[in-house]
Amino acid sequence: MYVAVKGGEKAIDQAHDWLAEARRGDPSVAELSVAQIREQLALAVNRVMAEGSLFDPDLAALAIKQARGDLIEAIFLIRAYRTTLPRFAASRPLDTGAMRCDRRISATYKDLPGGQVLGPTFDYTHRLLDFALEAEGLDRPAVPAEADPCAMPRVTGFLDAEGLIQPEPPCEAVPGDLTRAPLELPAERALRLQALARGDEGFVLSMAYSTQRGYAKNHPFVAELRIGALAVEVEIPELGFAVEIGELELSECETVNQFTGSKSAPAQFTRGYGLVFGQSERKAISMALVDRALRWRELGEDWKGAPAQDEEFVLSHCDNIQATGFLEHIKLPHYVDFQSELELVRKLRRAAGAEVRAGAQADAQAAAE
Amino acid sequence: MSAYNFAYLDEQTKRMIRRALLKALAVPGYQVPFASREMPMPYGWGTGGVQVSAAVLVPEDVLKVIDQGADDTTNAVSIRRFFQKVAGVAVSEATAQATVIQTRHRIPERALEEGQILVYQVPIPEPLRFLEPSEIETRKMHALEEYGLMHVKLYEDISRHGEIATSYAYPVKVEGRYVMDPSPIPKFDNPKLSMAAIQLFGAGREQRIYALPPWTEVVSLDFEDYPFEAARAPHACDLCGAGDSYLDEVITDDAGGRMFVCSDTDFCGERRAAGHVGRLGESA
Amino acid sequence: MESTTETLGGGFDDAPRQAARAFRAALEAMARPGQLQQLGEVARAPAPCSPAAATLLLVLCDPETPVFLAGAHDSAAMRDWLRFHTGAPLVETRVAAVFALGTAEALAPLSDFAVGVPEYPDRSATLIIDGWASAHPVRLSGPGLREARAAELPMPEAFRANAARFPLGWDAYFTRADSLWALPRSTRIRMEGS
Repeated sequence: MYVAVKGGEKAIDQAHDWLAEARRGDPSVAELSVAQIREQLALAVNRVMAEGSLFDPDLAALAIKQARGDLIEAIFLIRAYRTTLPRFAASRPLDTGAMRCDRRISATYKDLPGGQVLGPTFDYTHRLLDFALEAEGLDRPAVPAEADPCAMPRVTGFLDAEGLIQPEPPCEAVPGDLTRAPLELPAERALRLQALARGDEGFVLSMAYSTQRGYAKNHPFVAELRIGALAVEVEIPELGFAVEIGELELSECETVNQFTGSKSAPAQFTRGYGLVFGQSERKAISMALVDRALRWRELGEDWKGAPAQDEEFVLSHCDNIQATGFLEHIKLPHYVDFQSELELVRKLRRAAGAEVRAGAQADAQAAAE
Repeated sequence: MSAYNFAYLDEQTKRMIRRALLKALAVPGYQVPFASREMPMPYGWGTGGVQVSAAVLVPEDVLKVIDQGADDTTNAVSIRRFFQKVAGVAVSEATAQATVIQTRHRIPERALEEGQILVYQVPIPEPLRFLEPSEIETRKMHALEEYGLMHVKLYEDISRHGEIATSYAYPVKVEGRYVMDPSPIPKFDNPKLSMAAIQLFGAGREQRIYALPPWTEVVSLDFEDYPFEAARAPHACDLCGAGDSYLDEVITDDAGGRMFVCSDTDFCGERRAAGHVGRLGESA
Repeated sequence: MESTTETLGGGFDDAPRQAARAFRAALEAMARPGQLQQLGEVARAPAPCSPAAATLLLVLCDPETPVFLAGAHDSAAMRDWLRFHTGAPLVETRVAAVFALGTAEALAPLSDFAVGVPEYPDRSATLIIDGWASAHPVRLSGPGLREARAAELPMPEAFRANAARFPLGWDAYFTRADSLWALPRSTRIRMEGS
């Protein structure tokens, strides 16, 4: 007697209990606090905030703890939470030129007003495992107190002043919101940038890398990479002025790209742009390269058939929450569809078998005649 | 559960989905774009169906959730629990008692009635997607009623295999206008698509909603000399003896032993309760 | 401030549940053209707006849906009520409306309302026809109708012209007191007795 598999509810409950136990690991090892994750795994927290589209280091740290360190799972938790939040106001546009930079580098000028500031970077570290970190409680060298912050004007501003770079005049149009309206193609640049800003770091990195290797090559120079904090202001209509509601850490990358110009337009550099929550410079640079590649049409370039030029391809596949959900759904039962394929293949094989037999018979007959 | 709004979604999101549903009913088979939200379950696991159900549920509803025709598959259990928690609706496994049925991959065997709503979870709503990956292009094809590509594909099947080699998600034409993906139901279910209940289709990741009002004309694409044929395994259910239901094949040992059982668990259970016994079943 | 109660009142006490029930009736109506749906709990808006029309506005309109008010429905009291309860922007032209409210005669010419575009036929208006002067017997058939259904329709020629543009076109609700029925663009209309 066959008994169909039952007990889905019980199985789910038990699996989730097991998950909680596995999350905790060996109970003789101290439990991680959310604050420890926030402070000591800050770059993971930054990635979760960026791709989760929600700037809240505590929630991101909690999500990482809950997800056992699976960052895409943590991003998913943040996204699902984010959609339930009411929207109170839209902030004023941020002026990243006024950023209080912890890090600011330019690959196009040796020195410039405000200077080059390395900041807390992995650059120039030798990638040797630091076994000293295994020991806990070691004092780390203190960082010398910050020099007085000085103005750091944008690098692209210098090129702008000379008319050497394609201008990007301020625009009063209200940009669309990817999370409130279905994506329509072709999409304007504001929507493309939104999608890239929350897109999967690995995907955007690979797309950017492909442009460097020749698939829609656009010769990028990092004009400027800046990482730092910026105040967020909200206009209060009742008060008639703006109020500071908090501070964001951002990474911004502006690239200067080659552009040949035409008979009617003299040669001019073009731009790519990347802006990401937190310290996420790999993502910011990647985003700038992909942004630039996607601008081929508006800049009058040729369609070269490169993946990074293909807006529909990039925008439809850069979201890791969409991607992972659909990818992983194939582990759900599909036996109804599989059964229909099974019957079809059996039927086609029966028909083919009959044909083969008939063919052999005809051959034998012909040989006999 | 006061922590959530009724049926989880906020009212503005529900309004947006509801407006899309009305336009979907007004233009049967046309895919209405909607601003799908991130749900607390993954894309591809029924977020479209869940959003549609959340937008149509009323507190008095009786909800049934099936996956592969069965109420006890894990994802069906998970979605049913979600709505019990966030909408407090009654649930049932009995097709006849349910007012809203959310489904993945099947249409129940029992004919649905006026007053019932069938909500489909849809992975890829675009029937032309596997022929043309670009949304810009397929949207144009629907606008121009340019479905030649689909017929070419079906015809190529015939020349290669001797028949149309599509066994599920079999494309249909709605009211002689839009070619529509009925979601990955087996083509066995296609003839049921014209029915007394309202059918709503939700694709969350792809941000599309479409619908079939009751008794909408739905025709499975075919050719005069190769007419559409609904297919099922040529067996009777080994538990209830039904000879006209869609069957799951179950491997019972490693020596080629197998049995066939109804994929619709409620249908099979009801028949057994009524005294029908199959080859391997026991009388109730 | 005698209009204050009129403006602030008439909404739902338990919006999520009441709106869900009202929407379900609206959904059934759109799915079964010509079939009358009785609403249970209704919203109330300033006269001459019927409770059924007020309920539809409350359930479907918000800041994302421009509304056009026609004729006697375009009163200061109605504008205030709509703004307060839905936040919907009011528009002065038919073509800009996502929803429109008025009598059939006041809403005319109906051909001015948005009918969508071939790629997006959903980008079209929904008319809430709240009262009409005269109606003509017609037979309805098409999606949602197993058999043809008899109905009475104001300005049947305008509706036939709309149906002829399918899949483009607008869609309509007819409201009276606490009940409503719908006529989507997909419904074919035959004149009776001519």
